[in-house]
Amino acid sequence: MTVTAVEAQRAPAGRGRARARSARRQAVLALPAVGVVALLLAGWQLYADLGDVDVTILPSPSRVVSAGWDARDVLWANTLATLRATLLGFAFSLTVGFALSVLIDLSGILRRALMPPLIISQTLPIIAIAPLVVIWFGFGLTPKILLVALVTFFAITVALVQGYQAAEPEAEQLLRSMGASRLRVFRMVRLPTAMPYFFAGLRISITYAVVGAIFAEYAGATEGLGIFMQNAKNAFRTDLVLAAVFVSATLTLALFAVTILAERLLIPWTRVARGGERPA
Amino acid sequence: MSVPRLEIRGLSKSFGDLEVLRDLRLRADRGEFVSILGPSGSGKSTTFSILTGAVAADGGEVLVDGRPLEQADHAPFAFMPQKDVLLPWRRIEANLTLGLEVQGVSKAEARRRVRPLVARFGLAGFERHYPAQLSGGMRQRAALLRTVVQEREVLLLDEPFGALDALTRTEMQRWLEAMWERDRWTVLLITHDVREAVFLSDRIYVLSPRPATVIREVEVPLPRPRTLETLADPRAARIEAELLESLLGDRAPAA
Repeated sequence: MTVTAVEAQRAPAGRGRARARSARRQAVLALPAVGVVALLLAGWQLYADLGDVDVTILPSPSRVVSAGWDARDVLWANTLATLRATLLGFAFSLTVGFALSVLIDLSGILRRALMPPLIISQTLPIIAIAPLVVIWFGFGLTPKILLVALVTFFAITVALVQGYQAAEPEAEQLLRSMGASRLRVFRMVRLPTAMPYFFAGLRISITYAVVGAIFAEYAGATEGLGIFMQNAKNAFRTDLVLAAVFVSATLTLALFAVTILAERLLIPWTRVARGGERPA
Repeated sequence: MSVPRLEIRGLSKSFGDLEVLRDLRLRADRGEFVSILGPSGSGKSTTFSILTGAVAADGGEVLVDGRPLEQADHAPFAFMPQKDVLLPWRRIEANLTLGLEVQGVSKAEARRRVRPLVARFGLAGFERHYPAQLSGGMRQRAALLRTVVQEREVLLLDEPFGALDALTRTEMQRWLEAMWERDRWTVLLITHDVREAVFLSDRIYVLSPRPATVIREVEVPLPRPRTLETLADPRAARIEAELLESLLGDRAPAA
């Protein structure tokens, strides 16, 4: 055990080098995907240039980039609007998703009462619901928040409920033997157990969030990428539509990266359990 | 005779048609190391579940220092389950203070109380580690420290070394014996390891198969401190043989 103690003290010195090595390895692992995307873009560019295609039907990637760059001010303003709707909607979704998971975990009756309507909520076609929600709640933020929440809360709730159930009965018995209340057992055992599950659900639902916001804007809004796309389409500016598509994809990727980062910061013990780096 | 620290009188429990405990009686005096030895599935763990309040008994009484368990103003037992159940998201230090935290002791005060025990339990330098980074023996020592530091009247140890390899287990038994020599906790140990029971105990209760009841009570008058040589003592061998006989009874060896 003294050997391990020495190792632990030595670890910080070697950590920088290990991190650089792992970054290089990750870059190499990403090469095939980068290659495929580059190949597709190159094929698209050649086809648009040489195939004499109408730019209102299929503009080349370079044209999409330059059109997007020229419209960067208005694109940026609309991106911010969409980002705001996405984040507010997702925050609402997290709150509701967590509250529902707690209620479901609380009792079998609540579980049987709540699960069927929640599942039904996921069968509704968003394309039909979105315009209705706009009719009911207007062109402001409210319908966007509701629609983002509708498409994202379910994965979060299901992941949390499953996570609570993964708690070790022995750990719960131990805490009860110490005199812990049910609320305390939930807070100290069930909730932390559910965290890795929660982040798995979060990764799924965040990829729906931006799309949900754009859908809501498409159905009616004064600003945002959704309404920007619709206006560009109506003006036959296919290049600007695609530029907005590119921006929304980038937005989703950025939010996805944030969830990965949050997971690393908030549940470091899972990496330890998998034999990852030593904690400080 | 003085009032025993723990007395269990006529405890009974059934789960549906399955009778698990029948008129179980045992006692442990202050500072006594008592083992409960029994075949697998004989209701040993159910007994502990009743003591910790996880399961309600059908009948019988549990007295601590002569007072019924229901009248106690705090849980008089510190429980150590079979699995170490160190919480993987808490660093070792935070795992050690868990019981005190639940009792409502402040974090700073809990750390202060844990600190002097850390070195004695061979965990110095590992306070900031996560449980996954510790060996099986260390995890078990951490689990015992977490149990002991709660300063309850009786320690309930449920096969604490069952999951360890044979060598580590022997090492842990010697270590536990040495720790007990110093602190003289009142211990109730569940085990099905006859040698472990003889090595550690002052007294051993042998339980029958389900429904469990005490079929034998054996004193272990071996001198302390006990060492590996204790096990070579002919008296120890005789007690071991006696215990094995009552455990296996007249059951013929399986063909």
